[in-house]
Amino acid sequence: MRVALRRIGVLAWAEALHVVRDRATLAQIIIMPLVQLIVLANAATFAIRHTPAYVVDLDRTQSSRGLVNRLAASGHFRIEGHSASQHLANEALLQGQVTLALTVPADFEASLVRTGSAPVQIAINAEKGSAAGIVQSYARQILTSYADELGAELHPRMTALRSGTGETAPGRGAPRIEVRTRSWYNPDLDYRHYMVPGIIVALVTMIGTLLTAQNIAREKELGTLEQLNVTPITRGQFITAKLLPFWILAILDLTLGLIVGRLLFGIPVEGSLFLLFGAAAIYLVVALSIGLFISTLVETQQQAMFVTFFIMLVYLLMSGLFTPIESMPEWVQALSQINPVRHFVTISRAVLVKGAGPAEIARPLSFLALFSVIALTLAVRQYSKRAG
Amino acid sequence: MSSLAGLLRKETLHIVRDRRTLAVIALLPIVQVLLFGYAIRTDVKNVRLAIVDPAPDHATLAIRGRFDGSEVFHVVAVLREASDLEPLFQRGSAQEAVVFEPAFADHLARGLPARVLIITDATDPNTGSSRLNYASAVIQDYEREIRTRSASARIVPDVRMRFNPTGESSNLFVPGLMAFVLTITSSLMTAISLTREKETGTMEALLASPLRPGRIIVGKVAPYLVLGLLAALAVIVEATLVFRVPIRGSVLLLLAEALLFILVSLALGMLISSRTSSQRVAMLGALVGTMLPTLLLSGFIFPVESMPAVLQWLSNIVPAKWFVLIARSIMLKGVGLAYLWQETLILLFMAVLLLRMSTRSFHVRLA
Amino acid sequence: MSTGHVVEARDLTRTFGSFTAVDHITFHIDAGEVFGFLGANGAGKTTAIRMLTGLLSPSAGEARVVGHDVYRECEAIKRNIGYMSQRFSLYDDLTVRENIRLYGGIYGLSRRQVRERSDRILDTLGLGHAADQRVHGIPLGWKQKLAFSVAMLHEPRLVFLDEPTGGVDPITRRQFWEQIYEAARSGTTVLVTTHYMDEAEYCDRISIMVDGRIGAMGTPSELKSEFRTQSIEDVFVRLARPPAAAESAQ
Repeated sequence: MRVALRRIGVLAWAEALHVVRDRATLAQIIIMPLVQLIVLANAATFAIRHTPAYVVDLDRTQSSRGLVNRLAASGHFRIEGHSASQHLANEALLQGQVTLALTVPADFEASLVRTGSAPVQIAINAEKGSAAGIVQSYARQILTSYADELGAELHPRMTALRSGTGETAPGRGAPRIEVRTRSWYNPDLDYRHYMVPGIIVALVTMIGTLLTAQNIAREKELGTLEQLNVTPITRGQFITAKLLPFWILAILDLTLGLIVGRLLFGIPVEGSLFLLFGAAAIYLVVALSIGLFISTLVETQQQAMFVTFFIMLVYLLMSGLFTPIESMPEWVQALSQINPVRHFVTISRAVLVKGAGPAEIARPLSFLALFSVIALTLAVRQYSKRAG
Repeated sequence: MSSLAGLLRKETLHIVRDRRTLAVIALLPIVQVLLFGYAIRTDVKNVRLAIVDPAPDHATLAIRGRFDGSEVFHVVAVLREASDLEPLFQRGSAQEAVVFEPAFADHLARGLPARVLIITDATDPNTGSSRLNYASAVIQDYEREIRTRSASARIVPDVRMRFNPTGESSNLFVPGLMAFVLTITSSLMTAISLTREKETGTMEALLASPLRPGRIIVGKVAPYLVLGLLAALAVIVEATLVFRVPIRGSVLLLLAEALLFILVSLALGMLISSRTSSQRVAMLGALVGTMLPTLLLSGFIFPVESMPAVLQWLSNIVPAKWFVLIARSIMLKGVGLAYLWQETLILLFMAVLLLRMSTRSFHVRLA
Repeated sequence: MSTGHVVEARDLTRTFGSFTAVDHITFHIDAGEVFGFLGANGAGKTTAIRMLTGLLSPSAGEARVVGHDVYRECEAIKRNIGYMSQRFSLYDDLTVRENIRLYGGIYGLSRRQVRERSDRILDTLGLGHAADQRVHGIPLGWKQKLAFSVAMLHEPRLVFLDEPTGGVDPITRRQFWEQIYEAARSGTTVLVTTHYMDEAEYCDRISIMVDGRIGAMGTPSELKSEFRTQSIEDVFVRLARPPAAAESAQ
């Protein structure tokens, strides 16, 4: 046992020295994540402001003008053009000058007073991709809340109309539901609070896995692996020694990321950091073991990079980092259960943003614990000290 | 000329023999298209809803029935007290909660406002807001139905998604995906391959041979050009066959623009490799200098409109951004060169500039 | 097959697809011998060594190294052997001392032992001044001697040297062989491969491999008289010629 620990110790220490003395690796660990974090955190958002819009107002009543004002005041839209010409609106859309065109029909207000409802037309430039869906959502929200206001405003006219047609007017006794809403955990609706923890996880995972995957492949390329294979060191000791320094580095990276996230982006830290790091410790064993496993399968660093990159990309896209898991088809959701990234993203969001404790993250944590055992075992078994 | 052919053949063999990398290159577009087509969605579905109903009555039960029957919501818990909600949210078991007040139906009958509180997990602000809207809509629908005479107004939007009437998100990501795949084959692989030659010293041997430097560059890089075109074709074929993505414009034009983009990417790859002789650094450089901008700043996944001004400005020098624009226009709007000449010119300019820069640094090393 | 030989091989074979790298070689090495494995590049020397050190599985045949079977007990073999390869032995970006500490630790030496032996090596080789210098900057000749010392660090019974003297001048090579003799004098068995035919004369016994088979084996003088030549080089040339001239000695 003592010998085993000593072997792991000296080899891990040698690895650490390699890393520190290799500028490329240092850059990979420190500079890349920082740059990526800063760019990503600012780029990776689905919150859109000041979408250029065109309004065609054929009604020109107080209600319709109110709607246009609402649109402009929301901060989501920037009215680029306002006229009675549908043709101009279409042109603007085609040219790409505006993303959304709102057409208010001529009998907007009248229709509302008479029937309580009125149609409008919205055309969205769908080639903007995901922006289109979001813009639509904003538009709907504005319409809904404006409609509520209108209801109260137009109420007297509506009731007056109805009494004119002989129906009994609804008095104060008409049933009315008052809906209040509250947004938990992100009252400012700052997209970065959502994305930054996830981005940090993604970066640390990518880098950690890439490092370990390249590591053994590089030794294979250089021929230094042979010298180790001829010693009595066992596979388990070898893999552990390879894992240890990068595991420590990854945790340091995570710490760095969290510090930057807090200082630059003000991400919340509602729960226990201790808990988060505990979960991270387990998660990183999984991620790094996967990297080592990949390393045993490939022959060159280039292959290591490509395979890792590919696998990580799939993992990341399916982890709920960028798009919600609930929106995915059933079978994809089921598959995501074996995605360790998914579980750690869940944990980090739960702990950082929602202040969750051990009980609330017990389920994803146990998945991670299980995976860590499996992944590490796989990496050790796959490694062979003897060829042929 | 035969020496060039020999170099071409060696390079091609090299690519073909590296099965693992080839497998990744071949699988990448397929898996990605599948992922984006099936998995990456932002529709609001399967919302886990918790109900807090301290005193159930016919009204609350009626509303709860609507949530039960809705396709969007999935009622996971019915509680008596709102204080039980927090752990559910933290665990992720519930994403939204509808909290009724105790005397709900009573208030309704008496004409007093019946209060209901909707709580949403706004960790993801966009989805959180969408969920709010959906839940509000369900409640408001109920409200409308119980009132014979409505004192509320409703604005009904008729939304048309122009240039993508089917609303299939798959139509939108294909251009970005092409840019992504092309960046990998043209920039990344070129950068690594050229640097590997430097690392192993075979580059010197090549340079010492009677082959002119220009020919060497062409010989090394041409196979990746072909690879890129094949990859672009693969994405197009897959998208049209599997997801029936339309290509309203000219496929030829699309491929020509793709070729232009490949040239830009190749030049970038060469430029990166000229700066370093370590494979690892080249990989890093290619990742940060080509991959990342393509993924993040080109409008592929994240809308450029939502980025801070600095990044929006930065995205203008990302070649992928222009290609995605061009490809989207060709595929969805069906426009031709007359409409796209400005963007094409920009790509052309980038290609020429980068090619000159990279070949010059290549020559400088020889001197 | 416990006959007390330090290395024993019978019909040891290794194929790669249709190519036979090592073709039924049979030989033995006794304790304290300096045994030379000669042959041209590609003759199969390195493949044979890799099988004996447990780096490569044999395709057929038997072999025992330091009393352990190469198929089933290769980890036990590794505890008792030292190895120095032609491509690499020491980490370039670690210092001399760091390299010694690494291998010392892996072979289970205590910290004190490592320190003592480390000082001794540095002293003997005169590398005290370079103890904390990265191996990268040390001249090739010194690197080789250092690598050999590190291979011997845990005082193994048997040490494998695969082309250890490539790329240095004859004088440095001679010095290296002094080290080998020193090791042999203290009882270590040495198996060394080389393509320098003059180094053959330094060995107690040699074998010459041709196309995977042992073309000739014996002491240098035995071979020279058998083939009626003045140098081992000529023996080799005779062997390498078409079958008519070669006489196999198994």
